[in-house]
Amino acid sequence: MKKSAFLGALTVASIAASAAVAQDVSTLDQVKERGKLNCGVTTGLVGFAAPDANGQWKGFDVGVCRAVAAAVLGDANAVEFVPTTGKTRFTALASGEIDMLARNTTWTFSRDVDLKFEFVGINYYDGQGFMVSKDLGASSAKELDGATVCIQTGTTTELNLADFFRANDMSYEPVPIETNAEAQQQYLAGACDVYTTDASGLAATRATFEDPSAHILLPEIISKEPLGPLVRHGDNNWGDIVRWTLNALIAAEELGVTSANIGELGASAGANPEVNRLLGTEGTLGEMLGLDAEWAKRAIMAGGNYGELFAKNIGEETPIALARGLNAQWTEGGLLYAPPFR
Amino acid sequence: MTDLSFVRSDMLPERAPPANEVGMVKWLRTNLFSTWANSLLTIAAFYVIYLVLANVLPWFSGGVWTTSSLSECREVLQGEVGGCFSVLTERWNQLIYGFKYPVDLYWRPNIALLLLAFAAAPVLFFDLPRKLLLFTAIYPFVAYWLIWGGPIGVPVTAFVGILGAYLVFERFNAANFAAAGLAAVAVAFSLWFIGGYLVDMLASDDPLLTPVASRDLGGFMLNLMLGVTCVSLSIPLGIALALGRQSNLPLIKGVCVIFIEFIRGVPLITLLFVASVMLAYFFPPDATVDLFLRVVIMITLFSSAYIAEVIRGGLAALPKGQYEAADSLGLDYPQAMRFIILPQALKISIPGIVNVAVGLFKDTTLVSVISMFDLVGMIRGPILASQEWNGVYWELLGFAALLFFVVCYGISQYSQWLERRLRTDHR
Repeated sequence: MKKSAFLGALTVASIAASAAVAQDVSTLDQVKERGKLNCGVTTGLVGFAAPDANGQWKGFDVGVCRAVAAAVLGDANAVEFVPTTGKTRFTALASGEIDMLARNTTWTFSRDVDLKFEFVGINYYDGQGFMVSKDLGASSAKELDGATVCIQTGTTTELNLADFFRANDMSYEPVPIETNAEAQQQYLAGACDVYTTDASGLAATRATFEDPSAHILLPEIISKEPLGPLVRHGDNNWGDIVRWTLNALIAAEELGVTSANIGELGASAGANPEVNRLLGTEGTLGEMLGLDAEWAKRAIMAGGNYGELFAKNIGEETPIALARGLNAQWTEGGLLYAPPFR
Repeated sequence: MTDLSFVRSDMLPERAPPANEVGMVKWLRTNLFSTWANSLLTIAAFYVIYLVLANVLPWFSGGVWTTSSLSECREVLQGEVGGCFSVLTERWNQLIYGFKYPVDLYWRPNIALLLLAFAAAPVLFFDLPRKLLLFTAIYPFVAYWLIWGGPIGVPVTAFVGILGAYLVFERFNAANFAAAGLAAVAVAFSLWFIGGYLVDMLASDDPLLTPVASRDLGGFMLNLMLGVTCVSLSIPLGIALALGRQSNLPLIKGVCVIFIEFIRGVPLITLLFVASVMLAYFFPPDATVDLFLRVVIMITLFSSAYIAEVIRGGLAALPKGQYEAADSLGLDYPQAMRFIILPQALKISIPGIVNVAVGLFKDTTLVSVISMFDLVGMIRGPILASQEWNGVYWELLGFAALLFFVVCYGISQYSQWLERRLRTDHR
């Protein structure tokens, strides 16, 4: 009798505590009414999203969530981080459990079109790379003929690898592994000469080795993995807000607006008209989004501009030590190119 | 008669047995070195044990307990062998309670765990006074209130509903078993319905215990909660299913057979995915059922199917004469089951049930794949993904293994005690 009692208690509690998510209200209004942004993140990826010892979420993707929350709600901490796995992330977004997904998700045609999501931009240009031990003496992936390669089964990286070796008329011996943790152990134990996965993942893995300098990442990147935040189809205004918050972070770096000087720049209209429009001292860009004038200012103050977020979470000063590479501003040879704020 | 050569008139003092027939030597000879082959195996085994200990002991004794990151560990160790156990001390709270349960509320699950010992004792050890079962009946509601907090009306309403159902059932049971059951269900639901409104009306904005959402639960606490809840729910459900499968009514039998065979044919992980992502489609959009509850339902259904088959084995082991004896005494079906059949069948089924229970407890770690942060989920996700602790595997997973071993070994020892205690034959 007591067992069914507990079940009953839970049923009553859950029905009483259930919250309605009506679909016909705009996402912006829902977020404002809730007072919190529900942001989907990964359950843990070094540098991109992970809770620290105090349970505070930190990371590069987390920074995007906080910026959107700051822009919309005025509080960078008004975020409910919903951890999602690779398998649950799209259902969580489609069902309305989360308002946006910032979970190092590759922008592909079918995800954008068939799954009915809208990728609002790219916050990290990733690609598949190779890690080898220095003792191997290889300096280019083209020298890897006949190598044994640790590769995660059932992923696109497996297919990319086969394509790359066939295109270069080389042979390789795959060592199939299941998880990144397993790959680390196999690679360190010498079961394979080469470990291949996304370059950011390789860098994060290498950072945990006892002697990272004994391993190098080869320069070749053999696939395109543009990672970005995404929202549901059907609420374009909300998509615009997330898109332009990301653009604001990128543009801020290009325009030299940092969390250090933003107070000064945002206090009154300055010499650069685009900075003025971005920070709301001129024009009505915030109003067009349905927000107030200082939305972008708050977004940038939440964690700094794109460059600051990068440096703080995954940049060369951190253990992960990723170079900017493709993720530099277009003015510095990278691909980051925010449309004009006008 | 003096030609008697010798008559001993006093006892000889006892002499010590031969040196190789006593003590350590004897034990070694019989147990370790009885034949050449055994001697070789013994030496080989000792060598393996030496190898393991020679690697593991320095790793323990050289372990570092106080640093705040893996790189600091390596600095302290300077290449020496040693485990980086600092991750356990620094992330202790996260491993036990998850990373979102409010720190100043840890005392609540602690008390719930303490009370669990008192609530479980009269169920597990039936020599204790039966009146203690009253506390067991109240415990689920107390534990719910302690762990989740919120308005006290919710558990009280749930309890009143169950109590009402119980009273109604007792009142009409003598007349008609099935009608009494239906009436009890109806009473429970109407009481919950009324209670739900009352709770909504009376709930204050500042409840005595701060509410904690289900998604904030985590760590080993979550494993224990899932394990205890699902085991205690699935045993009665499993008994019902096993009896239903033996029923003479085709409808009940059919439903039970299909249910059991379906659940046994589907992997648990599939059911968990259904619980976490698909079940939402079956409910109206404004009534989302709590994720913890969804997972509890799925794991319970899963293990109850297995327990049902175990108990069916116990039922099949009883001689037909037991059923006929019950009939000839004039007992009706519930009485025959309660007094004659089930006590014997359940006794036979104990090892099987315990087997399922241990497996179920370990299966609770599967919830980590649907982004719930149980012990393994905490390790695989947040802790290994932090910049400080990325790369610490043996220490964390060894700790998880230790916690699970302690609990599972405890369950196993209890079941062996239970088997000895219930042994009534004269072997």
